[in-house]
Amino acid sequence: MSELLTASAAELSDRLAAKELSARELTTACLEQIERVDGQVKAFLHVDGDRALAAASSVDEQRAAGAPLGRLAGVPLAMKDIFTMTGAPTTCGSRILEGWIPPYNSTITEKVLAAGIVVLGKTNMDEFAMGSSTENSGYQTTHNPWDLTKIPGGSGGGSAAALAAFEAPLALGTDTGGSIRQPASVTGTVGVKPTYGATSRYGVVAMASSLDTPGPCARTVLDAALLHEVIAGWDPRDSTSINAPVPDVVAAARQADVKGLRIAVVRELGGEGYQPGVEQRFNEALEVLAGLGAVITEVSCPSFDYALSAYYLIMPSEVSSNLARFDAMRYGLRVGDDGVNSTEEVMNLTRGAGFGAEAKRRIIIGTYALSSGYYDAYYGSAQKVRTLISRDFDAAFAHADVLVSPTTPTTAFTIGERVDDPLAMYKADLCTIPSNLAGNCAMSVPVGLSPDDGLPVGLQIMAPALADDRLYRVGAALENALAQRWGAPLLDTLATGPAGAHLRGGVR
Amino acid sequence: MALTAAEVARLGELARVRLTESETELLAPQLDVILAAVARVTEVATPDVPPTSHAIPLTNVFRDDVVRPSLPREDVLAGAPAVEDGRFRVPRILGEEA
Repeated sequence: MSELLTASAAELSDRLAAKELSARELTTACLEQIERVDGQVKAFLHVDGDRALAAASSVDEQRAAGAPLGRLAGVPLAMKDIFTMTGAPTTCGSRILEGWIPPYNSTITEKVLAAGIVVLGKTNMDEFAMGSSTENSGYQTTHNPWDLTKIPGGSGGGSAAALAAFEAPLALGTDTGGSIRQPASVTGTVGVKPTYGATSRYGVVAMASSLDTPGPCARTVLDAALLHEVIAGWDPRDSTSINAPVPDVVAAARQADVKGLRIAVVRELGGEGYQPGVEQRFNEALEVLAGLGAVITEVSCPSFDYALSAYYLIMPSEVSSNLARFDAMRYGLRVGDDGVNSTEEVMNLTRGAGFGAEAKRRIIIGTYALSSGYYDAYYGSAQKVRTLISRDFDAAFAHADVLVSPTTPTTAFTIGERVDDPLAMYKADLCTIPSNLAGNCAMSVPVGLSPDDGLPVGLQIMAPALADDRLYRVGAALENALAQRWGAPLLDTLATGPAGAHLRGGVR
Repeated sequence: MALTAAEVARLGELARVRLTESETELLAPQLDVILAAVARVTEVATPDVPPTSHAIPLTNVFRDDVVRPSLPREDVLAGAPAVEDGRFRVPRILGEEA
């Protein structure tokens, strides 16, 4: 495999800046890799090679002319199909938005384009970001590059798979209950859910507005930090955006030092239901952190046991409200407009035809939870649990700088295994949901392959709101120490080993 | 609580999602399992706990009330399912009895 494909975004940006490499050459390499492997991996819903090459050439011209350029100018990126971008379809994985070309850019799209980052295309996802496997996409299921019979995680499985398949060095995701971190965990990549409100939701198709958080996906912690720096910051167009400085995440990733840092294991996020190989790699990572001088303790967050239940009331309630905008009137699909049917009937028919099974399931749950007579028992109680979870975090952070857990209880499961059992599918987000409910930041970083099935395991780091830099300090320290122990980063195993033969054009 | 297929169909109509018979029959038992699991929240949601609607405390955010250009009309209408005379064309909004 070309080393252009396996190199980190940080290395690539250095070589671009030194004019040892052109953005066009790099973009061409990524497009060729997409051509080579995406028929099997199915990470992308839309690729626009001409546009990407034109953007790359423009960066090359500006660089030749001596124009000031962003650190990541000329580096290619895969964008989750939830961010609006003019001139390309935004489907959010739903048939109800098939072919829709948005008339405006999301704030994050604007920031990425202004930084000179080259957008290769839009990646697959569960419909409206609802799922843990991409099997709820209205278009296709993405396959895990480590084992094509396994799920790549979700909802951002397309972005994570694009990274692990070496189709792009950077990607964007959104995390409502774990949609950045869980795919990162099961693909051996890095994913960060920033503090809620630290990254703009403007122009990001809404799922559950009090939880949705856009964030960076990458193959290294430093690369995630470089992208985090580009996309974060206050946005007056997002009414829940936080007007506070972005912590210096890049410096933190370079610092990569945990000496004296208090790291607490969350007792409730382990034990029964957790795969032994996941727990083994998690515990080994703790020993590594202790060896680097971190102080490892344990905390109890008893309300976390109720997080999944609270989430599956709050999120569907917000979903049932947010998805009301798909009314067949202003954009998207319209069914049954025969001159006889009323507007209401056209809405009924369109939404019945355009939404997939999981979207319908959540709309119905939300409608039920918000209906009079049930509101207090369901939605009201869930909001109280949200308070209890925040209190547990506050108490834990009084004794620890960061909290850690496995990112997800198991490694990647087999495609098809959980589609008929929604509750089993929901449990993939058991460890990631608390941080969405409390709004604090969290990261998943790879800690090896599970000895029982040879698939990647992720460790989750959680830090207080607006202390995103701590994630990068811990994540980078762990990443460096593990790469030293293994002799190479985890993804090199895939790039050079038998599991990744299909990524090198070999036959499986 | 045992939701029936008919109740699921009614919820679908409330949410303006037309469900087929096979969908409501599949959804009813699934929703039962999910609702039974999430009902656990009532175990700890005691009256003394205040609800949280939003994780990060924010006060109302205001901006100056100034006129700003909207998106060009043709750009907005380009994505519409039906357009007539520079406007969204919608199905009739009144029922037969009106």
